[in-house]
Amino acid sequence: MTDNQCIFSGRVWKFGDNISTDHILPSRFMTQVEPHELAMNCMAGCDPEFSRKVQPGDVLVAGDNIGYGSSREQAPQALKHSGIRVVIAKSFARIFYRNCFNIGISAIVCPAYVQEACEGDLVEVNLTEGVILNKSLSKTYHFTKPPEFMLDYIRLGGLIPYLEKQMNKECKD
Amino acid sequence: MGLTVTEKILADRVKKNVVKPGEIVEVPVDVAFIHDNNGPIALQQFAKLPQAKVWAPEKVYFVLDHHSPSTTFRAAQHHRNIRDFAKQFGCHIIDVGRGVSHPVLAEEGIPRPGKIIVGTDSHTVGLGAFGCLATGIGSTEMTAVLTTGRIWMRVPETVKVILKGKLSMGVCAKDVALLVLKHFGPSFLNYMTIEFDGPLLQDLSIEERMTITIMGLEMGVKNALMPVDNKLIHKLHTSREKESIYTADPDANYASTIHFDVSGLAPMVATPGLPTNGIQIEGVEGTEIHQATLGSCSGAFYHDLKQAAGILKDRKVNPKVRFIIVPNTSHVISEAAHTGVLQTLLDAGAIISSPSCGTCAGYEVGCLAPGEVCISTTTRNMDGRMGAGGKIYLASALTVAASAVAGYITDPRQYLGGDSFDR
Repeated sequence: MTDNQCIFSGRVWKFGDNISTDHILPSRFMTQVEPHELAMNCMAGCDPEFSRKVQPGDVLVAGDNIGYGSSREQAPQALKHSGIRVVIAKSFARIFYRNCFNIGISAIVCPAYVQEACEGDLVEVNLTEGVILNKSLSKTYHFTKPPEFMLDYIRLGGLIPYLEKQMNKECKD
Repeated sequence: MGLTVTEKILADRVKKNVVKPGEIVEVPVDVAFIHDNNGPIALQQFAKLPQAKVWAPEKVYFVLDHHSPSTTFRAAQHHRNIRDFAKQFGCHIIDVGRGVSHPVLAEEGIPRPGKIIVGTDSHTVGLGAFGCLATGIGSTEMTAVLTTGRIWMRVPETVKVILKGKLSMGVCAKDVALLVLKHFGPSFLNYMTIEFDGPLLQDLSIEERMTITIMGLEMGVKNALMPVDNKLIHKLHTSREKESIYTADPDANYASTIHFDVSGLAPMVATPGLPTNGIQIEGVEGTEIHQATLGSCSGAFYHDLKQAAGILKDRKVNPKVRFIIVPNTSHVISEAAHTGVLQTLLDAGAIISSPSCGTCAGYEVGCLAPGEVCISTTTRNMDGRMGAGGKIYLASALTVAASAVAGYITDPRQYLGGDSFDR
């Protein structure tokens, strides 16, 4: 059965190593919590034009250790509100990785894909199969699938709807 | 095969004899704290669960430290919302002016050996100096902790770091931290535990140990641990029998064990871009600065202020430099006032700001203009951290104070003479 909620395709924006949460959303915007504000300042620390260029469904590709530094969830929230649903990187900083899944962004570790990806490429990601298709090169890459409960976060839209479902289930039980 | 400290803590909490790195476990949380940077989104998320209650309000602390005291109208509103939430659910509130979340909790005796502590501050890992498993999480995850009292964790691999040797005059805990960071780099320890041990720890106060565990986060660690020794037991006014003390098995499985001998270590400076860019000070001596900062969870304990005062006594801050001190807790200011350290700093021309995260991320205090250079005891120096176009060098309080006097990056050892100097 095809799990459409776990298949994503889009255009690639590519960044380098150690893109910190300070780059993704600088401190000066940290009292902002509204989606449009966060989207407007997304990646302001490394590409001030990003918020004007990014389109819903685009895919963020980065080198090692994306999300380094501050725990600020406003950083992945800014990506989410910019329409990014998938981040593929060589590696992730720990809190950023969890924050992504918790708000419904798929965080995928696949160094081989990142190595050959270029900005502007088209890419398709099948999260349940653990496969990335670089459409520009017609080449596939494999990654380790996330655990089932994290796939559920993605299917439901994040940890909060997952929690809500659990709570409702407990009420019925 | 034996277990490391983190493996033992996690195994006990899931009532198993053994857990293995890579395994996912769900554990109960003993203490949760939320600051005003991640708090607003946590509250937004909580509001999406109308039936939710806080699982154990007595275990939950809200701390207003990042935008403190209410630095903008927006921050004031967030603070008000957080206070209202804490009151509604009966959680603790540590209000503006008291200081940075985890150093304040440490002063209050909240972190205890063997406990599992989560905080929305990435530097929560610093509390591992108390022998507990302390780690940082985001806002949404905190909402889940607030409602369930539980969190999943992947059992981390452990790297052991043994610190030995004696620190020379003019070299201190921050230099040791920058040395270890330089070795591992910014991501080598991602998802891992770093377990510190070795004879040097006997020479370090609990706060100096926190300086090191806090900086551990900048290598990507899930948590950092210091051993529970008599110094810590004494600090906590407790006894070994009353605490849950875990020690690693002699045959514990470490991913690696690294020894650092700090004898002969020179003052370290992390050059702009990454906290792991440490080099010996001679490589950057003479770099002109516009600002010098003593601040952050890791770099504004009482010992930092005292060290700076040791340099600044009978000297003046260079008129071209703004020397800004943001103590990490209110107790630090009290102690500095009591001992005369505060007066020495003021006489030298230092600017004292109220306890908060302050300059560390340019939170409306001590920001840089494009092209300006700052030397700082804070935790991070990524581009733009204190303002777009500003450059940040990280160093010890001694190096920062010496540089503030000179107007350029300066080896503090030239200002330290005789035996009277107290590291």
